[in-house]
Amino acid sequence: MAGYAYLAPTNVDEALGALEEAASVGQRAQMLAGGTDVLVQIRSVDKGPRTFVDVKHVEEANALSMTDDELFIGAAIASAVLNENARLKSILPGLVESADLIGSTQIQGRATIGGNLCNSSPAGDTIPALIACGAVCVIASPNGNREVATEDFVTGVGTNVLEPTEFLVGFKIPRPKGKTSDAYLRFIPRTEMDIAVCGAGVALTLDDDGTCTKAKVAIGAVAVTALPVPEAAAALVGTKVDDDALHAAAAASTAAAKPIDDKRGTVEFRKQVVGVLTRRAAAIARDRALAR
Amino acid sequence: MAEAVDLKVVGTSPVRPDGVDKVTGRAAFGADLNLPGMLYGKVLRSPHAHARIKSVDVSRALAADGVLAAVSGADFPSDRLDDLARNVIARDKALYNGHAVAAVAAKTQQQAEAALELIDVDYEVLDPVLTLDEAMAAGATLVNESQHTNGDTSKPPSNIAVQQAFERGDVDKGFAEADVIVESEHRVPTAHQGYIEPHACTATMNAGGKATIWCCTQGHFDVRSLTAGVLGKSVGNIKVIPSEIGGGFGGKTIIYLEPLAVKLSELSGRPVKMMMTREEVFRATGPASATWCKVKVGAKKDGTFTAATAWLAYEAGAFPGAPIGPGCMSVLAPYDVPNLRIEGNDVLVTKPRVCAYRAPGAPQSMHAMECAIDELARKLDMDPIDIRLKNAADEGTQAPYGPTFPPIGLKKCLEAAKNHPNYLKPLAEGAGRGLAVGFWFNIGMQSSAEVRIAEDGMVTVMEGNPDIGGSRASMALMAAETLGVPYEQVKAHVGDTESTGFCNVTGGSRTTFATGMAVVQACEDIIAQCRQRAALTWDLDAEQVDWVDGEAVPKPGVNADVKPLSLANIARRAGRTGGPLLGRASLNAQGAGASFSVNWTDARVDTETGKTDILAFTAVQDAGRAIHPAYVEGQMQGGAVQGLGWALNEEYIYDERGALENPGFLDYRVPVASDMPMIDTQIVEVPNPSHPYGVRGVGETPIVAPLAALSNAVRDQLGFRINDLPLSPPRVLAALDEQG
Repeated sequence: MAGYAYLAPTNVDEALGALEEAASVGQRAQMLAGGTDVLVQIRSVDKGPRTFVDVKHVEEANALSMTDDELFIGAAIASAVLNENARLKSILPGLVESADLIGSTQIQGRATIGGNLCNSSPAGDTIPALIACGAVCVIASPNGNREVATEDFVTGVGTNVLEPTEFLVGFKIPRPKGKTSDAYLRFIPRTEMDIAVCGAGVALTLDDDGTCTKAKVAIGAVAVTALPVPEAAAALVGTKVDDDALHAAAAASTAAAKPIDDKRGTVEFRKQVVGVLTRRAAAIARDRALAR
Repeated sequence: MAEAVDLKVVGTSPVRPDGVDKVTGRAAFGADLNLPGMLYGKVLRSPHAHARIKSVDVSRALAADGVLAAVSGADFPSDRLDDLARNVIARDKALYNGHAVAAVAAKTQQQAEAALELIDVDYEVLDPVLTLDEAMAAGATLVNESQHTNGDTSKPPSNIAVQQAFERGDVDKGFAEADVIVESEHRVPTAHQGYIEPHACTATMNAGGKATIWCCTQGHFDVRSLTAGVLGKSVGNIKVIPSEIGGGFGGKTIIYLEPLAVKLSELSGRPVKMMMTREEVFRATGPASATWCKVKVGAKKDGTFTAATAWLAYEAGAFPGAPIGPGCMSVLAPYDVPNLRIEGNDVLVTKPRVCAYRAPGAPQSMHAMECAIDELARKLDMDPIDIRLKNAADEGTQAPYGPTFPPIGLKKCLEAAKNHPNYLKPLAEGAGRGLAVGFWFNIGMQSSAEVRIAEDGMVTVMEGNPDIGGSRASMALMAAETLGVPYEQVKAHVGDTESTGFCNVTGGSRTTFATGMAVVQACEDIIAQCRQRAALTWDLDAEQVDWVDGEAVPKPGVNADVKPLSLANIARRAGRTGGPLLGRASLNAQGAGASFSVNWTDARVDTETGKTDILAFTAVQDAGRAIHPAYVEGQMQGGAVQGLGWALNEEYIYDERGALENPGFLDYRVPVASDMPMIDTQIVEVPNPSHPYGVRGVGETPIVAPLAALSNAVRDQLGFRINDLPLSPPRVLAALDEQG
């Protein structure tokens, strides 16, 4: 196709160099991870010429490490690879299930959580899950790495904090301690192969009595970006995450949601269902935490 | 003949002859043909749902890089201008968002796309007409200013193209006699057939003015005549070669691209390939009508129907032709109703012209009536099968639309359902069960077939119906059975318009019935010739020779010391007995047998999200006789899934200016495999006396009952009814909220 170029750097410096070079001559460059959004977009939404810089071969973006305090998940790792990692799945079940919900088995062989975040759709499934588990984005820039909390990464529909000369390398996630777990649920009218009408991610920590000491709730597809809902988290903290607390958290999510009417759902529907999902996801996270 | 005994081949389920090529990716579909020097054609489509076209200027596009031809409506004949010609390319008005306005051919697809942006169209934008209510209201904007209902120019112009009604008995008296009456109205949205293969064709015109078209279609003879009509050419100057077809369901019984491709080829002197994108398929090809149906049915305490009425309004899209005829005729077809009145309205709106979709018109009207009958059964505290058995049409019943039914299988289907383990099985907790009846007329029409015997006895069946459901296997099975040879000895082929005799379109569930009948008759012609050839060989009269198990033998009592002659024996020596063996038949098949079905489903609504899960689905249907049982079951399962998809989530969503907001499979939500349970099937066989093996068409009936079956299941669980489709989560949740 006319006007397209493709580069496959193997490390961060090469990738930054490619972006810098394109910027210096006024060319458009776009990072490519799995391509499961980008390839669709260049056929239908935006056919403009550009240079694709493939992050799939960048070593640092393919790293996966787990220390006692922190996990690092490279931005270019395919969802299918994350889902096959039993250890990661047991540590962050909610995040892994959010990646596992996107697309078909074939798509998951290419799709990445980094790409999902950088696509910056309001409906990106991994974004509420990343926010809930406290993921921090590691961004490679010409002046070295910088870090941005996931909830601050997306700035609008399809836009984010990345400069044209920067790219996402991966995520730092605090390793869940004690009775801590997470969950993500989304609503689609089908069973798979669809886009979230709304979604909710919940991470929480229980003490030995089963009382919630810490919680984070984020909701998706109900505003221009995924939203943290501190009011929903506050409704859970200090409780045994019982029915009353779950309903209070649900009401907080419903109140926080600012959805639109569109072909995928109405305002009323999204507000109501995002509350239901918050309640159900919190109950799953609670049960998972109790089982630790 | 229908009760044929000792069938050896018919009723088995061998692998279809086209199967290996399809699963290995070798089958050639509409877009797969490439010719030297070929150009790519692209269509400029109206961005307005309703606009007067003041001018179209293609000169800038013609001057663009790589462009060799460009056309607009003015380049096509304007005498005998009919709706089809206007739909293929707009003339004075664009009548829906997506209506073709101009087309170009260029050396690459990119050049063609870029050239579209250089076509200058001056539109005067008019108000769209997007709903039945709007279109039928007094003072409505007119889609066609010179259209009068039923052509009656004494009345003012109207968006209602056709109004038809029929009546039997005395409806008022019938309702007065009823102990219970149910009245309701139901809306069903526009749904697309959802075939996987988008429309595609390649056309080339030679210097002598002869055009050849390769395309995916359900009927290449129709492509030939329709294209000839739009271009003002003789059918003798058009040859159409059908490709393999990736789904049609009625949607490929019409033409869109073919005349454009031929015209662009004529102007450029090159072959031209045109392929629709999925978005174009949704914006510009014919879906099923959105409908508004009001029904009323009354019954005695014992469940006997006393009267019923139906008022139907169907969206036709931009041109008349909504399937109100079949909608009206099917709505009460399963029942013996003494007093009835049925009215249909064919209504123009500024949306794509509707096209056939599996049992066109029946799913919508029967959804309404089967919902009302479900409510009637509830009021009478009757089992939904019992109330239907009480009123079921049977042999001798006069159908609401006139004729008296020959043997039909509705009662047998209802009885089979009543005794089916899935119906006897208790319902899962919190779920609902719904049942409905389906029906389709099926049609006969014209078919031809030729049977050729090669020198080794191999049998070639040539016929002219594109194979959309395994019909080549069915043809081969019927030929093998008739000739008395193994299935593997027969190969069935779909010939082009010049290599085989005329066949009407593959549609109306007619192919296995009508073309199958032609194949059987052509085989009988072969048998007659073989008896003649054997008689010649043995010095007997043909009357003294029988054809038994694929061999000519002397009739019992004929004194002849000879060995039987097989098809191969006779074929090998055909040169000495009169030349090659060639059997032929052509016919206009009469007596297509109606096919009835009974479907029920168990479903569960998540009352907090409004999402419905289908837990189980069972389809019982009369096939007359299943020539290839596995493919009959495939039709039943596929139709069930399409019907459930329509009931669950499928719908066209338009903005207020008439632009389709969901022209793709992401947001036009057909079910995915994991949405569906195993669709259980039971084939009932009440042979059709008009077919040599008892065949009834089976392809369309399966889509009819699932809509109401699911509505009734959701009603069963929730305790109240949601009248309209789809039962999408937002609609169901809103209804639950309204109930409190």
